[in-house]
Amino acid sequence: MRRLGSGARHLDCSVTGVYLRLEGITKSFPGILANSNIHLEVGRGEILALLGENGAGKSTLMKVLYGFYRPDAGTISIDGRPVVLDSPSDAIRAGIGMVFQSFMLIPAFSVAENIALALPRLGVWLDSGQIRERLRDLASRYGLAADADAKVWQLSGGEQQRVEILKLLVSGARILILDEPTSVLAPHEVDGLFTVLRTLRDDGYTIVFITHKLREVMAIADRITVLRKGSVVGTVPRDGTSEEDLAEMLVGLRDVRATSFSRAAQASEARTVLSVDDVSVRGERGRAGLSHVSLHVDAGEIGGVAGVTGNGQSELGEVVLGRLSPDHGHVYLEDVDVTRWSTAKILAHGVGVIPEDPLRMGVAPGLTVTENMVLNERRRFMPGAGLYADWRAIRRAIEARIENFGLAIPRLTLPVGTLSGGNVQRLLLLREIGRRPKLLVAFYPTRGLDIAATRMAHDLLVAARNAGAAILVVSEDLDELFALCDRLVVFSRGTVVGTFKSGDVDAVEVGLRMTGGGKREAWSPSPA
Amino acid sequence: MLGLLYAVVGGGIRAGTPILYATLGEVIAERAGIVNLGVEGAILAGACAGFITTAHTQNPWLGIAAAALAGGAASLVHAFMVVTLRANQIASGLALMFLCLGVTSFVGRPYVAVKINAVPQLAIPGLSDIPVVGGLFFQHDALVYGAYLLAPLIWIVLTFTKWGLALRAVGERPDVAFAAGLSPAAIQYAAVVAGGILAGLAGAHLSLAYARSWVEGMSNGRGFIAVALVIFATWHPLRSVVGALVFGAVFALQLQIQARGVALSPYFLDMTPYLLTLAGLLLWGRTRRYAMPEALKSVFEGVT
Ligand SMILES: Nc1ncnc2c1ncn2[C@@H]1O[C@H](COP(=O)(O)OP(=O)(O)OP(=O)(O)O)[C@@H](O)[C@H]1O
Ligand SMILES: [Mg+2]
Repeated sequence: MRRLGSGARHLDCSVTGVYLRLEGITKSFPGILANSNIHLEVGRGEILALLGENGAGKSTLMKVLYGFYRPDAGTISIDGRPVVLDSPSDAIRAGIGMVFQSFMLIPAFSVAENIALALPRLGVWLDSGQIRERLRDLASRYGLAADADAKVWQLSGGEQQRVEILKLLVSGARILILDEPTSVLAPHEVDGLFTVLRTLRDDGYTIVFITHKLREVMAIADRITVLRKGSVVGTVPRDGTSEEDLAEMLVGLRDVRATSFSRAAQASEARTVLSVDDVSVRGERGRAGLSHVSLHVDAGEIGGVAGVTGNGQSELGEVVLGRLSPDHGHVYLEDVDVTRWSTAKILAHGVGVIPEDPLRMGVAPGLTVTENMVLNERRRFMPGAGLYADWRAIRRAIEARIENFGLAIPRLTLPVGTLSGGNVQRLLLLREIGRRPKLLVAFYPTRGLDIAATRMAHDLLVAARNAGAAILVVSEDLDELFALCDRLVVFSRGTVVGTFKSGDVDAVEVGLRMTGGGKREAWSPSPA
Repeated sequence: MLGLLYAVVGGGIRAGTPILYATLGEVIAERAGIVNLGVEGAILAGACAGFITTAHTQNPWLGIAAAALAGGAASLVHAFMVVTLRANQIASGLALMFLCLGVTSFVGRPYVAVKINAVPQLAIPGLSDIPVVGGLFFQHDALVYGAYLLAPLIWIVLTFTKWGLALRAVGERPDVAFAAGLSPAAIQYAAVVAGGILAGLAGAHLSLAYARSWVEGMSNGRGFIAVALVIFATWHPLRSVVGALVFGAVFALQLQIQARGVALSPYFLDMTPYLLTLAGLLLWGRTRRYAMPEALKSVFEGVT
């Protein structure tokens, strides 16, 4: 294990022609210092990657820059002139645009209407001809095609992101902030995004890019600033660093070597826990639906569902969990037909879920971390009639679980809605794996997690598998699926287009099938 | 029979006018994400203020202006409660309704039997001479024409202008609107007050043209019918016209049946518009929720 050079590291790479400068930014929330005396500089025509573990304060810093939060101290200057950003409209006027971790689009509006909202000098009458023309210009210049009349709810995650970027461009932003933009993208879409960002950089845009994936940082960034616990650890040029160096800066002096999971051999005659038999669901309101989907997951097995978001994975999850009743086919849990069971009954039968949209479907944002942890296990944590809960004992039990699992969640007494994106995901992992379910349905289990936490989460999933749980992982991250899964099912347009033992297939093949085949060049295999 | 049809259609247009004003007002407020159950109160405020002003000045136009002001002012209270103080929308609306009911009953008492100059009839030259059709559609008071012209106007503003876009954006996702540099609070204030002004006009039509008198509580639940109509109309101004006409026709039919001495209990007849509302809600209330502005869902369903 190597040691981090020193804090002086960032001194040797100050940029010439600083365009955006943050000086001494400090922002605290009740009980936590989210940003502490942060200095940051980005040049014109430069891509700066902002790296940091979950809760390091990246999103907060960017929200300060976008006028969403007012900093307690510090100044921001653009092109040498200090600016005061008290609201997003100030930021927009100063030429700053932001793509949030969760999209800021109105699903019921058309693409053109969403774009119009971002236009600075919008006439009284919505001039859809003018908007269309702008869109055509940008589409040809940056390859950002979008159908102006499509409603946003009809678009995939990647297409929505394109609309977000188009919004920034039409609003005249010169500084683009992207908060974990790749977490919603399929692998080939990431490459597409990077191409767009490089063109924008060459056109003189200033770009700040947040991500947890070191490979992406090395692929796209010119310089990298690392945050830890609200402070800047250092800034390094891309051409003088490596993924290993960055990993060390990120987590400090902790050991970050990859743990290699010990994968217990599967019993040869494993029971089938989940079996989905010839299920079809009509697609409506732009959703994919399912047609004749069959798959099964055995005890002590991790089954993976690979596919670009919006190809029927969420419908599959909803059918398994009893939220959507299929038009055709059956779902069995350990040979019991649960097709018409209620969600409550299915969950009580020993099924755990890490939902697609954690804040909406996994937690109650207004309740505290502790309360959310016990929500699904009231019986275990509150024995008896439920008239009395020993919160101190409950908190101890949860702390023990956290200790056991090694996934830290700060501040158990705060509402979940105030946690950083990654910490919400940690909570769900702890809660759902901690229940020791027979079947765990995990959507994008490591979305938004930092590197260390991702490894921890993978370890937890494999440990649960080794202990005999059946696990169904839905993910777009092929590296993750290959690392975790015993078997892979590939989805495209609501049907199964391939089932593989994980040793028998390579990422290129799966990537091709996910995207409907044919477009081999559209997806480049990971170097890893 | 034809006479009945004639009376129901003509009467429906007139009786539908206050409902249409109130419904359009509620559409505006709800498209900005605010439910105003206080419309009932704003109608009363408008009816009362309009009537008193007209009684003193003998000028119904001043009365209409006063009604609009009173309706807007009443709704401003609601806007302050829910936008600034973040009070519960349902509770605030109901409180406003009872407040207005109380205040107008008290203030309006001396005017109960007073006679006024009603809003004059305005026959459209040329058009009103067309047989049958002219009498049905082109011989009304100015407020009637105003209501039916306002519906397409509001639709155009909501759909094709930047103000409408901003208002709808706030009603869907206030956070997105804020991030786009808009001020959701200011827009919601404007929408609720505009809705209140329209409710005030509804009241003006009731007391200055339709009944031509002041009776306490004379809005008689029309505000609540308007709230329900917004759902049938799927938050759409043009479809509001259809709903308002249907309800207007029911009111007119009820009067006709009474006038013709049909042996039906008047109490039952009085119930019909409200029964119709319930039936409509049962039939369409659930299926039409998809069109509901997203921000309203947190009011009705307690989720965000
Ligand atoms: N509105 C808020 N109220 C209270 N605390 C907050 C609020 N927003 C963020 N925090 C806290 O500030 C810290 C930094 O959060 P932030 O969202 O900036 O992290 P992050 O670096 O973006 O993490 P992630 O990678 O998980 O998204 C966290 O501890 C978080 O709980
Ligand atoms: Mg974040």
